[in-house]
Amino acid sequence: MIDLDRAAEIAGAVPDPEIPVVTVADLGILRDVVADGDIAVVRLSPTYSGCPAVLAIELAVEASLRDAGIPARIERVMAPAWTTDWITAGGREKLRAYGIAPPVGGGKAVLFAAAAVACPRCGSKATDRVSEFGSTPCKAHYCCRDCREPFDHFKCI
Amino acid sequence: MMHEALLEIADDCLVLGHRLSEWCGHAPMLEEDLALPNMALDLIGVARGLYARAGELEDAGRGEDDLAYFRGEREFRNCLLVERPNEDFAQTMLRQLYFAAFMEPFWRAASASSDEVVHGIAGKAAKEVAYHIRHTGEWVIRMGDGTVESAARMARAVDALHRYTGELFESSPAARAAEAAGVLPVREEMRGDWDRVIGMIFTEARLVLPEDTHMHSGGRAGLHGEDLGHILAEMQSVARAHPGAVW
Ligand SMILES: [Zn+2]
Repeated sequence: MIDLDRAAEIAGAVPDPEIPVVTVADLGILRDVVADGDIAVVRLSPTYSGCPAVLAIELAVEASLRDAGIPARIERVMAPAWTTDWITAGGREKLRAYGIAPPVGGGKAVLFAAAAVACPRCGSKATDRVSEFGSTPCKAHYCCRDCREPFDHFKCI
Repeated sequence: MMHEALLEIADDCLVLGHRLSEWCGHAPMLEEDLALPNMALDLIGVARGLYARAGELEDAGRGEDDLAYFRGEREFRNCLLVERPNEDFAQTMLRQLYFAAFMEPFWRAASASSDEVVHGIAGKAAKEVAYHIRHTGEWVIRMGDGTVESAARMARAVDALHRYTGELFESSPAARAAEAAGVLPVREEMRGDWDRVIGMIFTEARLVLPEDTHMHSGGRAGLHGEDLGHILAEMQSVARAHPGAVW
């Protein structure tokens, strides 16, 4: 008999390979854990279609469950599509403290009308978008006009 | 039949993704060197999902690698727009904008697909491609309404690429079957959204929309320009030299 609550706890605690301050649970990508006989089936939402981190996260979750003595299988859940709205309040605060401006508001990318992004260091909203695409698919590149710091912004999708 | 309709879109995404990846290390600035492969990743990710689903529906034992690497030029079903060469940054941006402005409403409509896998892929892809419109649209405006040189290049890009946009709205017999089954939206119905977005961006960019352009097509029937052969030769060479190899 698999302890599904414990499996979910272990899966949720796995850190993101690219932004290790946030976990699978923080990102809101863990849908649920169900039993298939003696195997825990962990259902995860991918963040971006072609993001290399998706496979890395799946492998890491499977490995940490195996290390805890729980044989697991990962199931990729495409619908409903993951949205940055699912990042928890705690996850957003961890991102900000790490220097990444968390996603703002809802997931609608309105043409040319970007919401104001606050600088994660000084809190100023006088910031400029340098590039829509940053170092990973989930991030855009910004710069603060007040403290002059460049920073990453977790895009809203 | 259904798998052929999915292959058309998968081929669009793979070929355009490969085109974008050709910029990696050559983009005019560091931010673009990140942006172009990021968009390529989005497209290749979508292509993988569609190839896997097409392989399942075909039920002939072909997986995503077989479909991407072991089909010849005449078997590829991508539209001609996506195989057009990168040329300069203006053409690359405009090609992407033309494609994204079609795919955004297409994926939004496809999230109501009767096929569960297409439904799932569409929900994600619609969000990603909205960023592609924003990014490329801003560049088209910046260049079109920029210097004499950049404006001339944008105008040249419109002249070179506009004739390939008509094919986006054409449905092949395979696509029509998928549309009738509720698996894919009707391509012609994307016209209103496409016209609105392109019109708005062209106005801002001070670009003139060509009228009465003779539209080229044939890609959905496997009739491609010679450029596709060069792409496939490069893209498929490793897989074909080592058949059955896995990462
Ligand atoms: Zn600041």
